[in-house]
Amino acid sequence: MQNKTHPLLIAFAVLVFFFLLGPLVIIIGSALSETSYLTFPPQGLTLHWFENIFEISAFRRTMATSFMLAVGGTALSMLIGIPAAYALARYRVEIPRFLGNVYVLPILIPEIVLGFSLMKSLATGLGLPITLSLLVGHALLVLPYCVRVVGASLNNFDFSIEEAAVSLGCTRAKAFFTVVLPNIQAGIIAGFILAFITSLNDVSVSIFLTGPGVSTLPIQLLAHMEQFFDPTIASVSVLLMLVTVAVMAIVERTLGLTFLTK
Amino acid sequence: MSARLRAWLLVTPATLLVVLFLVLPVLSTLATTFGDPKGVFAPYATFFNSRFRMTVLWRTMEVAVITTIVSVAVGFATAWVVAKAPGRARSLLIIAAVFPLLTGVVVRSFAWLVILGKNGILNNFLIWTGLISEPLSMLYTQGSVIVAMIYLFVPLMILTLVGVLEGIPQDLTDAAASLGATPAATFRQVILPMAVPGLIVGSVLVFTGSFTSYATPQLLGGERQMMMGTFLYQRAMVTFDWVGASTIAAVMVVVTLTTVLFMSKLARKLNPVAG
Repeated sequence: MQNKTHPLLIAFAVLVFFFLLGPLVIIIGSALSETSYLTFPPQGLTLHWFENIFEISAFRRTMATSFMLAVGGTALSMLIGIPAAYALARYRVEIPRFLGNVYVLPILIPEIVLGFSLMKSLATGLGLPITLSLLVGHALLVLPYCVRVVGASLNNFDFSIEEAAVSLGCTRAKAFFTVVLPNIQAGIIAGFILAFITSLNDVSVSIFLTGPGVSTLPIQLLAHMEQFFDPTIASVSVLLMLVTVAVMAIVERTLGLTFLTK
Repeated sequence: MSARLRAWLLVTPATLLVVLFLVLPVLSTLATTFGDPKGVFAPYATFFNSRFRMTVLWRTMEVAVITTIVSVAVGFATAWVVAKAPGRARSLLIIAAVFPLLTGVVVRSFAWLVILGKNGILNNFLIWTGLISEPLSMLYTQGSVIVAMIYLFVPLMILTLVGVLEGIPQDLTDAAASLGATPAATFRQVILPMAVPGLIVGSVLVFTGSFTSYATPQLLGGERQMMMGTFLYQRAMVTFDWVGASTIAAVMVVVTLTTVLFMSKLARKLNPVAG
């Protein structure tokens, strides 16, 4: 494509990217400062605030909770989301089309309304333990990512290969695991990782479901910010950005980041 | 086993998850608002007659509308540059837009806390340049919430529009130009109509996202700039007024669903391809 973009427009776009990345650079800088308050540019350089994260037990605990919740919730969601995505792609005649929209409801309904409703019905109504309510809430929250991203892979899959395996005597289950699954592997990995990061960063659902003793990292960060304003929060933020970098690397290697512009 | 039975068995677990843990709980929240002994619509009468509640609703609308308009304008211009950029630069710019998008809301809002605070970077900078002598209080204002929201949603708009703009065939703009259209006319009569569906999708995402946000107004707006999300939380978890909280939830659901339905109707009407 020939490049005849107006120079003023390019200058504007440069400013926009400066606006997008500047604040994140500021966080990285202030996480490294030797001062006991947040400042940028950093005065002196230290990794002390990173060590400090692990000295605060609330951060240690919530990090572990958030990580396990993101892995567990996403795994649960994949376990039921993959069969649904498969059925939607494979049995277009048997399954009514509106069902595909049902799995997108967790994005359509305001997250904060979902969190409040789950708190009322699961935690208070059914008396489910906090961890279990959180797990259900997060599995629900990431279901759209699991169904949609895996579904996108399945739409590119040629089901006649699967039919060939079955007609050659393969059982349906074996055909799924040895023929279909390896072909949609990239979609599953990308979907998993996008769901993982969504769950890891969630605030609106978790804030209603966390309770005494059990909290997630973003909720703990919010609580910490209201009392302390030291570089520890900045260093936790930097750790979370490193997770984002890892997530992006994995998506790039599976479906490619341009997948996100579709 | 028939194909029909197999298909239904496969979708059952996911459907059950959504029905049991989303549809029923949300319906039960909505039902709560109609069970008031004072009358079926009593909680709504309270909501719409309360000056404070209406202020919160209008403030939320205002923030969401401003955020959407600015994000559309900024996102469109930036997406244009990204879509036209040569291969390598284009991938780098997409990475630069995806990175903030995948970084959590708390982290991104926190950045603005550091920038806009009393002893924040912006105040220190302004004092250093001598433009001001006393630090300005920028936090806990509508402006600080809007800036952080725009920051939150511009990447989403860029990524939505890059895909759409790249989908516009070069032949089409070339044809317009060779038939004598000025660049401005080509933009208005060819590019803009083709981009409308993407603009609508992006606007819906930004409007509903900012209308229902919680963490950003909580951190940057506080009690003074309460929005629907923070108001819902405060009613539910601080004052334990569950009927009040459910009423706020119902208003939020109605506003977001109406927006989505109306805008997708509009998109279908304006889509030049589908006609």
